[in-house]
Amino acid sequence: MGQGMKRVVSLKINGREVEEVVPDNLLLVDFLRDRQGLTGTKTGCDGGECGACTVLVNGRARLSCITLAASCDGSDIETIEGQAARGRLSALQRAFHQHLGAQCGFCTPGMIMASEALLRQNPSPDEAAIRTALGGNLCRCTGYVKIIKSVQAAAAEARS
Amino acid sequence: MSEAMAPFRLIRPASLDEAMAALAVEGAQPCSGGTDLLVRLRKGLLEPAALVDLTGIAALRDVVCDESGMWVGAGATLATLARNPDLAAYPAVIQAIDSVAGPTHREVATLGGNLCQDPRCVYLNQSHWWRKSNQFCLKYRGDTCHVAPKGNRCRAAFSGDVAPALMVHRAQIELAGPAGARQMPLAEFYNEDGAAHTALQPGEIVVAVHLPPPGPVSEYGKVRVRGSVDYPLAGVAVACEPTPDGLRFTLAVTGTNSKPLLVDIPDPLGEDADAFFAALVKTVQKAVSPQRTTTIAPHYRRLSVAALAGRIARRLAADAP
Ligand SMILES: Cc1cc2nc3c(=O)[nH]c(=O)nc-3n(C[C@H](O)[C@H](O)[C@H](O)COP(=O)(O)OP(=O)(O)OC[C@H]3O[C@@H](n4cnc5c(N)ncnc54)[C@H](O)[C@@H]3O)c2cc1C
Ligand code: FES
Ligand code: FES
Repeated sequence: MGQGMKRVVSLKINGREVEEVVPDNLLLVDFLRDRQGLTGTKTGCDGGECGACTVLVNGRARLSCITLAASCDGSDIETIEGQAARGRLSALQRAFHQHLGAQCGFCTPGMIMASEALLRQNPSPDEAAIRTALGGNLCRCTGYVKIIKSVQAAAAEARS
Repeated sequence: MSEAMAPFRLIRPASLDEAMAALAVEGAQPCSGGTDLLVRLRKGLLEPAALVDLTGIAALRDVVCDESGMWVGAGATLATLARNPDLAAYPAVIQAIDSVAGPTHREVATLGGNLCQDPRCVYLNQSHWWRKSNQFCLKYRGDTCHVAPKGNRCRAAFSGDVAPALMVHRAQIELAGPAGARQMPLAEFYNEDGAAHTALQPGEIVVAVHLPPPGPVSEYGKVRVRGSVDYPLAGVAVACEPTPDGLRFTLAVTGTNSKPLLVDIPDPLGEDADAFFAALVKTVQKAVSPQRTTTIAPHYRRLSVAALAGRIARRLAADAP
């Protein structure tokens, strides 16, 4: 068995500079939830299958349950907690609320972060582009139709 | 808190030389996007002493296109390759890349990782307690292959989408290791053994794939349960090229054997197209050997991948100039 190692990582989480000692085998999702108290990011499976743990690393969607915290040294990380600014929900959060894109809400942080990554790259996605971008995010409740409507509404709001 | 993985050292080399040195140490395992490896580490399917993260090596991400064809670095991500206009001249490759896992996986998943990903089996890709209660299996910690208990080799199925597509375009694979660099046809890189499915020697890595200049038209198709985030139950790439004797087809199948399988179609398309395609379908049915490695019956996978091969071949023939 390998000998465990630790290292100091410096990264930005939702705009805040963070410096912490982490073991090399610590997953980003555990770092965020257990060390940073950012429990908005969810764990829905035992690795890589559901998308509930999606966060942004340097602006791109990443599965935090199969990403090592140690490999994020120097990265800019955004989680669902970084969506609302000064108490105001983001366009995506409002749209998911208004268009019933969230039911039990477990998949929602991952859905919103994957949608956020999409809208940054493509502010006017058609339905096919939304379906493709959310292809790795599973929802057991909504049947997806309202999730897609929510992303379309958020995109429309951002354009208006 | 997720169940802790066995401890390891993470090494992040910035150059190929540094990576080679790090990989020379016993128990070191290369890691690219981690979308296959991290899942297996979490399930306790291997316990490397060190992970050598190859993603910091810029040279491995290069993609070069010139008159000799395309040189694609093993570290190029599937998301970047899907957007590469030069790669569009190899349609099956782009289609296969687009069908790998989900979009978030493809952001970090690399070509090298895709080609080296571990073969899969319902008795293997399970949690530690599941495998333990089943006395583990031949591939890891156990002594019996539950798929073929009388056999003496692991039957786990190679389930990468991109390899067959590269194979029908006659790709070569470039390796670098302690004994130097070497190159071989991609088809020869693989062994029919689920526990040792590649030619990689200790400390050796995939550096790149070389594609000859574009020629054949091609298509990749995949049988799976869901339209996204699903490994192939079986997949097939077909390439079609005009020759003086008529159209010639090259096929490669994934998901049915422990290696991606080149299927030889010796004759070109003749006068009787229906008989030709019926024979092609039969050839695929006979060539593949799906086992009970997925929850879907092997017979279904055999028939469906052969039917898919026939359908794609007909389509390519109809579109051929
Ligand atoms: C939910 C889910 C669904 C998936 N669906 C599919 C699918 O449909 N089709 C498919 O093909 N794959 C699928 N995958 C597997 C995986 O995402 C892909 O194979 C991916 O391309 C692996 O690339 P990576 O860079 O993440 O590899 P890694 O996980 O980093 O590595 C994979 C293996 O290759 C070795 N390795 C990595 N780079 C090199 C190198 N340069 N030289 C030598 N060895 C190397 C590693 O040691 C490891 O054993 C899926 C994975 C998940 C979690
Ligand atoms: S928790 Fe990360 S994909 Fe399911
Ligand atoms: S809202 Fe319940 S899982 Fe998606």
